[in-house]
Amino acid sequence: MSEIKNIKNLKEFSTSADRFEGANLLCPGCAHSIIVREVLNATNDDLILSASTGCLEVCTAVYPYTSWDASWIHIGFENSSTAVAGAETMYKALKKKGRLKQPERTPKFVSFAGDGASYDIGFQWISGCMERGHNMMHIVLDNEVYANTGGQRSSSTPIGSSATTSPEGKKSYGEKRNKKDMMAIMAAHGIPYVAQVAPNKWKDMVKKIQHGFAVEGPVFINAVSPCTTEWKFDPKDTMNIADLATDSLVFPLYEIIDGRELNITYRPKNIVPVEEYLAAQGRFKHLFKDEYKYLIKEWQDRVDEKWAYLQRREEARI
Amino acid sequence: MMTKKGWDEFEIGAMLRTFNGKIDDIAGTQQQDRDYSENSSYTASVADWRLIKPIFNKDYCIDCQFCWVYCPDVSIISRDKKLIGVDMDHCKGCGICVEVCPTNPKSLLMFPEQADEESEIANWPKKDEKEA
Repeated sequence: MSEIKNIKNLKEFSTSADRFEGANLLCPGCAHSIIVREVLNATNDDLILSASTGCLEVCTAVYPYTSWDASWIHIGFENSSTAVAGAETMYKALKKKGRLKQPERTPKFVSFAGDGASYDIGFQWISGCMERGHNMMHIVLDNEVYANTGGQRSSSTPIGSSATTSPEGKKSYGEKRNKKDMMAIMAAHGIPYVAQVAPNKWKDMVKKIQHGFAVEGPVFINAVSPCTTEWKFDPKDTMNIADLATDSLVFPLYEIIDGRELNITYRPKNIVPVEEYLAAQGRFKHLFKDEYKYLIKEWQDRVDEKWAYLQRREEARI
Repeated sequence: MMTKKGWDEFEIGAMLRTFNGKIDDIAGTQQQDRDYSENSSYTASVADWRLIKPIFNKDYCIDCQFCWVYCPDVSIISRDKKLIGVDMDHCKGCGICVEVCPTNPKSLLMFPEQADEESEIANWPKKDEKEA
């Protein structure tokens, strides 16, 4: 196994040479590229990457330009995970036959996909990769909406959010269904490592990514990615929204090892009310009308319940 | 700039090479030492997206590197744990670097695109006593 990159503090981290380039066409203030940079800089090993159709793909590979300094492939909407799984299988086969030209190098296999490509369209492909036990990592850039095509709802869109296919109006408060619990579904595959990360907690992120690279077998990472265009906030506030998401426990940061052992990796010192998180974003603006205020309370109850559940799971060690 | 291709001249599936020639240790080579090909977006510029630009005042910088890690456009240049400046070809002017800057006064501030760097640094805001 290769050496794990030693990152003790942010100053050490900042000596990394980026393998993701600027002048991509992502919106100003997009969290996707922040997450990608933190992931790519977490290792010095070679990288074999893929991306599903989505913001990240269409914006970083605009012919004749590419923003990637590592091997990178795009095929279709659903199969970023299987593309990387195929490459990983070939790598294993060549290694077994002794035909690798530089066997001392240990590439890491990572597929990126948005929430639409993971929660909905690529779901069975990801499930297959996790079940077959490929030595790869799948990272979801979860912005809770199909941002690339104009903000349609996905199964990751939370209740009350106004998306273009579930808009708020006189008769509706927007999206009516709760967010799919992808973490639990992936943990149920019994894979070695499942974790939820946020770009604002870079140290937690790097630790989890390095753990994911170190373990043998499939790894699933869900990264919250505040979307300035579809969540409707000012580009400069991306990190503030991410802070609110993690501190209000709407996105609790935790990991599940071997599908059983759950660890909460970040406990906010001051838990922020969910109301503040909702108020900071335009997509939840209508929830502050009198007739929909009960939804905010429901949100808070749901978040509290989930947090209590996570804590019980952590204590019980099952 | 590359010559643009017509609709009937596109290739079905294309392979783009980021570098001219062979590069062995990308993770150990900083951007200025890499031989980028014309296909790398590093050679392109999005400077015309910007309405406001960040100006870096190194007098107040404590090299905490928050702006480096949270920059979405790889535009904060940091070498040997020191902040050097802003890459104006790739900065889109989102302002995250200013938001995350912890110093008082901030060592990065947003100004209109046409602002003059030297005169703005000379007139830099003073320490805010209320926040301190």
